[in-house]
Amino acid sequence: MTSSVDSYVTICSYDDLIPGRGVAALVDGRQIALFRLYDGSVYAVSNLDPFSGAYVLARGLVGTHQGTPTVASPMYKQRFDLRTGRCLDTDEVSITVYPVRVHDGQIEISVEAARNVA
Amino acid sequence: MKTLVLVGHGMVGHRLLERLVESDTADQWRIVVFAEEPRPAYDRVRLSSYFDGVTLDELRLGDDEFFTRHGITLRLGERVEAIDRSAQTVTSSAGETVAYDVLVLATGSYPFVPPLPHRDATGCFVYRTVEDILAIEEYAAGCRTGVVVGGGLLGLEAANALRILGLATQVVEFAPRLMPLQVDEGGGAILRRHIEQLGLTVHTSVRAEEVMVDEAGRVCGLRLADRDEPLTTDLVVFAAGVRPRDELARSAGLEVGPRGGIVVDDACRTSDPNIFAIGECALIGGRVYGLVGPGYSMADVVAAQLTGQTRQAFTGADTSTKLKLMGVDVASFGDALSQAEDALEVAYTDSVAGVYRKILVDTEGKLLGGILVGDASSYASLRAQLGTKPAQSPDQLVLPPSEGGTPAATGADLPDAATVCSCVNVSAGAIRAAVREQGCVDPAGVKRCTKAGSGCGSCVPLIKTLVDAELEAQGITPSKALCEHFEYSRAELFEIIQITGIRSFVELVSRYGQGEGCEVCKPTVASIFASLGSGHILDGEQAGLQDTNDYALANLQKDGSYSVVPRIPGGEITPDKLIVIGQVAKEFGLYTKITGGQRIDMFGARLEQLPLIWKRLVDAGFESGHAYGKAVRTVKSCVGNTWCRYGVQDSVGLAIALELRYRGLRAPHKLKFAVSGCARECAEARSKDVGVIATEKGWNLYVAGNGGFSPRHADLLASDLDTETLVRTIDRFLMYYIRTGDRLERTARWLERLDGGLDHVRDVIIHDSLGVAAELDAMMAAHVAGYQDEWRAVLEDPERLRRFVSFINAPGTPDPSIQFVPERDQIRPATEAERRSLPLMVVS
Repeated sequence: MTSSVDSYVTICSYDDLIPGRGVAALVDGRQIALFRLYDGSVYAVSNLDPFSGAYVLARGLVGTHQGTPTVASPMYKQRFDLRTGRCLDTDEVSITVYPVRVHDGQIEISVEAARNVA
Repeated sequence: MKTLVLVGHGMVGHRLLERLVESDTADQWRIVVFAEEPRPAYDRVRLSSYFDGVTLDELRLGDDEFFTRHGITLRLGERVEAIDRSAQTVTSSAGETVAYDVLVLATGSYPFVPPLPHRDATGCFVYRTVEDILAIEEYAAGCRTGVVVGGGLLGLEAANALRILGLATQVVEFAPRLMPLQVDEGGGAILRRHIEQLGLTVHTSVRAEEVMVDEAGRVCGLRLADRDEPLTTDLVVFAAGVRPRDELARSAGLEVGPRGGIVVDDACRTSDPNIFAIGECALIGGRVYGLVGPGYSMADVVAAQLTGQTRQAFTGADTSTKLKLMGVDVASFGDALSQAEDALEVAYTDSVAGVYRKILVDTEGKLLGGILVGDASSYASLRAQLGTKPAQSPDQLVLPPSEGGTPAATGADLPDAATVCSCVNVSAGAIRAAVREQGCVDPAGVKRCTKAGSGCGSCVPLIKTLVDAELEAQGITPSKALCEHFEYSRAELFEIIQITGIRSFVELVSRYGQGEGCEVCKPTVASIFASLGSGHILDGEQAGLQDTNDYALANLQKDGSYSVVPRIPGGEITPDKLIVIGQVAKEFGLYTKITGGQRIDMFGARLEQLPLIWKRLVDAGFESGHAYGKAVRTVKSCVGNTWCRYGVQDSVGLAIALELRYRGLRAPHKLKFAVSGCARECAEARSKDVGVIATEKGWNLYVAGNGGFSPRHADLLASDLDTETLVRTIDRFLMYYIRTGDRLERTARWLERLDGGLDHVRDVIIHDSLGVAAELDAMMAAHVAGYQDEWRAVLEDPERLRRFVSFINAPGTPDPSIQFVPERDQIRPATEAERRSLPLMVVS
């Protein structure tokens, strides 16, 4: 892990990500779920599934719902908007979203600039 | 602020408190509770579950903070001894006097003990409170035999407790049958058989006459009237009914009934307008209710009045009951024991299977009540139809399906009151309303509106049936669309994929669908690809489509760890292989449990440990058991004619052959098989998707059975088949199901849904009415030829192995949230509280 000047942390190579799947990453003790979609876009959210309390969202299936990119928890199948963290099935629940970018073929995440819509 | 004094903190008293704090937004009441028992309210109805391992903590109602949070004073172990109605005060056993504006009596009942000599001897007990059962448990430790006086509901629960405590147990009932208040003679006889099979001795139509004691004054026997030989016993439990505790009310001059019970009006008010009585101590509408349901209704009526809501009245209560006693379902509903002249009864008895069903209808066919013993699966629906004329005729309602019966509604015709989602308690009516009034068109919408299906999820197919039926009733054709990305049903997609030969999801969705796909269509398409033999399920683009279990080739558990199940075909395993499983489990610290499918499940594996575990298993000759897939699981078997003196065929040999033939076959849902070596059916084949039962001449093939959420006995598809014909018939059955089944539709629901049902399936696969038999045969041949062990293939491929890491940027760090604690000499997942308090475990 190398820190860049602006709080972004390098996680892995973009090519390490399988299209349509997620991986888990550990940054400053936080568990983050990282996804690459078929269209090439990349999203990072908290790996914690708020419904089950288990750190498993990285293992959920991604897809789209009315154009919204989502991940469905592998535990009880609630879906979350990958852009905002909002749960599509229960209004009052949301998960943390982390800014993520691709830089020189590397995936970088900022945990400091994380936001939580709740 | 006014003061409310509540006397008694049992289930009904606690219910009153809960209702008050819920609606008492103005905080208008200061509440003082006196409880005679030394502990706060607990679930008395489930008291017996203590002997099944439920802890006293789990039985407790409410939590520690309930009282502090709501400013309620709870005085435990302090009885109210007197009421001064003119001063409006009560005086407690501690000498305390508290003034009240309103007094609520919820004093419950006391156990009735018949006036026998020595009924207070050491070794005599009653069965009502936690203190009672703890005393029984302690005393029983030095005993070998026990007698329960009373064969009603409570008596049988007490008898079961003694049985679990290891005592040779006898039950003495004065009436001519067990549970005389709930079941009739026929039901009582079936119940008795069940109970005697558990090793208990039952005496009916007998009266206990005297408790016999030894020189030390301890119980040593029970003498019965008109019997020469007394029963030898170390312990006696009296469970011969209860009586209302009305002595406090009586001494305060409140009106009580001639046979006990505090007289109240339909608002639960006693003869003193400032005093209410609720629950088992109240005599309401001329009767005393010994059930918690009516007690709760009374508590609700009082809470509503005390918080200024519209006046409610207690309008009588449903005394229907359904319970499981020693593993036996017993239910009675409506006027189950009606003696009315126009009550006509229809009953069905199967003493072999231990099933009794009776319903009572009036001359117009309206349902008056009924009794169910041994199988109460139709209880919810029958009870909901009380007072109406059911669609089925009375004989259809009681007969088993094999005799022309129509099982009570479990699908679209379910009554509104029937519970569909038992996790969140959502009724069929609420689901229909969500469709009608909130515009839900699919299970996902219903889940959002009602939370139905958000627990274990087993009711989701039933929700879909209800939603579709409701939409149809509104003239809307239910969409067969799999999801928003495909307009097609699973069966249609199967055809498309088979005909076009497309094996890429991206191509499929771009040509026949729209968007990127989702968690519904991706695994469905992945399953179809796999059923059609498309290489390893983790190859190339297929990897991205698999559900988490298939992706990890293991079963995700609640804490994010996985379980591992190697295949043990037919449940047959060598000592050497058993030892390997033991060694692997020990080495990786896994929890082991025998599964229902006759194999061994190892729990607590981390994602990154899976390849290491499987390396050991594969090296020892094991292969994937596909417990993680919507696929063929196990073929369970009895030991068969090789060893068993009743067996007529080699059930183990056939089970192994079938399991090896169909291993790895992916389907719309999981597939379970069983083979029994004779008609005794020890392998329980009729609860399976495919069940084979040996006959003198060959094999009988049963299909579309189901345990699980809506149990269904399998139907006989063909009889006396030779092995080759049997296998060919199963081949076709499976492939026809795989081609036409809906997503997550088990064979049982599929068969029920298919037009023409079993006859249609028989026509297609035996008489080849659609001309597809050869094609089905070829599909199965391709599957058998193309089988490979998924785990061996992963271990041989570094690219696939690369996915089994905890964190992509810290592959050496195990997931710190997965923590285990010891329990019964093995591990279990730490609870959230334990996780917080545990030091981080170092995992080597």
